[in-house]
Amino acid sequence: MNPHAGKLYLHHELSPDERTSPTFTKIPSIEKLRFGYRCNRCGKQKTYRFGNMPHSTCGQNCRYCRHCIQMGRVMECEPLYSGSSYVEWPRYEDVLQWDGQLTVAQQRGADAIVHAMTKGEAELLVWAVCGAGKTEMLFPGLAFSLESGKRVCLATPRADVVRELVPRLRVAFPDVVIQGLYGDSPDKGTDASFIVATTHQLLRYASAFDVMIIDEMDAFPFHHEESLQFAAKRAAKPGATRIYLTATPRKKEKWRVRLKKLPVIFIPKRFHGHPLPVPKLQLNPTLPYHMKRKQLPASIVNAIVEQQQTARQLLVFLPSVQMTEWVAEVLESHSLHAEQVHAGDPERIEKVTSFREKKASLLLTTTILERGVTFPSVDVFVIDAGHQVFDEAALVQIAGRAGRSPDDPDGDVSFYHAGKTNAMLDAHDSIVKMNKLGKGR
Amino acid sequence: MRCYVCFEEILPEVTWSTFLLPQKVKKICYGCERQFEHIVPACPKCGRPDSTGLCFDCERWGMEQEDPLEQNVALYQYNDFAKDWVARWKYRGDYELLQSLECQLRSLFQKTEWDTYALVPVPLSGGRLVERGFNQSEAIIQSLGQKSTNLLRRTGTEKQSKKQRRARVASSNPFSMIDPIYTPVVLVDDIYTTGTTIRHAASLLKQSGCPQVFSLTLFR
Repeated sequence: MNPHAGKLYLHHELSPDERTSPTFTKIPSIEKLRFGYRCNRCGKQKTYRFGNMPHSTCGQNCRYCRHCIQMGRVMECEPLYSGSSYVEWPRYEDVLQWDGQLTVAQQRGADAIVHAMTKGEAELLVWAVCGAGKTEMLFPGLAFSLESGKRVCLATPRADVVRELVPRLRVAFPDVVIQGLYGDSPDKGTDASFIVATTHQLLRYASAFDVMIIDEMDAFPFHHEESLQFAAKRAAKPGATRIYLTATPRKKEKWRVRLKKLPVIFIPKRFHGHPLPVPKLQLNPTLPYHMKRKQLPASIVNAIVEQQQTARQLLVFLPSVQMTEWVAEVLESHSLHAEQVHAGDPERIEKVTSFREKKASLLLTTTILERGVTFPSVDVFVIDAGHQVFDEAALVQIAGRAGRSPDDPDGDVSFYHAGKTNAMLDAHDSIVKMNKLGKGR
Repeated sequence: MRCYVCFEEILPEVTWSTFLLPQKVKKICYGCERQFEHIVPACPKCGRPDSTGLCFDCERWGMEQEDPLEQNVALYQYNDFAKDWVARWKYRGDYELLQSLECQLRSLFQKTEWDTYALVPVPLSGGRLVERGFNQSEAIIQSLGQKSTNLLRRTGTEKQSKKQRRARVASSNPFSMIDPIYTPVVLVDDIYTTGTTIRHAASLLKQSGCPQVFSLTLFR
């Protein structure tokens, strides 16, 4: 196996011998376009993303990319080196060791994925509601690709999702070498034929994969960060199969589906067959008044206290990190102990696992737990749902945290707000629409 | 104009002073600039924060022999935001990031009234210069709009940032002189931590006949 297959290197990352070896092709690093420049690693073209510096190695004033500098500096005077991707990947036999059963709806999705992979160059959007079992749907397609000696990449914008997926995939595919790559992942090898990675890691690959699967494609930061979309496109081989998984496609994808430019498979039913819990919009006109004073309206506190009497756990979504802190204090004064998690929390993984093991009954969180996490039996409250961080996709995903287990397929989803926003209404409507479509099937 | 740190658009605020007086063009947004901390009150010698008189470290430097350094002036405290800034600028090599502090650095330099002295950059070893592509001290002098005078050469290659104070103070002098100088000198570096690097260079300059050595750093 070639450790450099499909990888993209900077000048200083290779030894002088490797630079001249035929396995590498040189690519211009910063390309002159008709107007402006483009960094060929991250695809940025904005002028303010480029800098100039007197380069002591070549003695000239050189252009460099300021956008992807966290992964090493791309200089105009030094080319990028792309490792050849013509490598024989192992053909595994009888690779799928998963003894679960796909439901009828999941089977439809799985068949469509296998069909796209047999065709070679193809695109497919798998539009499946939260809790439809998207990962399981991928299994037959992944098995088919690995058995036919293709290199597969499963990319997702979130490191949490990578951490959760890798062990599940290793159980289902015990013979396959699977590498999980994210910011500071323990896996250092990058040469397996099956790679699970965050989309940021794709900046290090060029024409590497025969099959590119992007999970949660509408999640932050992938959907608004052009350079990640550029990287995802470049990391796949020119004739690759591209599969996108999402529960809440953005406008751009919906539009392409409507124009019939993007084939779609639509799965509006959860794997346990029960409908999605429909969010209740709870108007609370004094919410801004109370929030300004770092208090919560009595009605919300009472709702939380009442909820805590029931057997279900409670997830409370809040718009900001500061708010989780003072809301925890407010609840403490009503003798309710609340755990809090946010993106910068070093103990976030432990807190989430302890909540899943039912060691805590109340968790305050920012939008980081909006997707990719499963708790068996929870109610979900969103406080200040009118805040701009809660867009339609986020609210649909948040509502999708409730009722994920077949033993308790229902849950109470409440959006507390001081005035309806379009996002709330759209989220509500799209859930109702999904349930209606799911009933017929 | 966009902020050189976070790439967001800088919205100019309109007050009577910005309306009536000629404007300094800042290349950093308000939100990023606020995260740097000014040094007040400071040790009059090294600029260490939270010290009203001469600080303990400066006393120690002067105990055994005469301290070669007259005074150090620093722009901001070396807090977590500054650490990230330095990591991106120096170790990642984002040369243009320095422009975000250019305006503040110039006004600090004007206050010191050192503009007639020779500005001497702290040199890098050859290997490190190839790795980074630029010398950070020379970059600071350039952004001040001054000319740098190269008087020193580095022979050792050890990194100070990986060591504790005791190991730093005890380390041998990594510099050697190229040319002697007989006028006052301002040494320029990015960070003053224990002052060992600056004092190594200063003692060498003093030995060769330089009357006074000052130093200017971005962070303290």
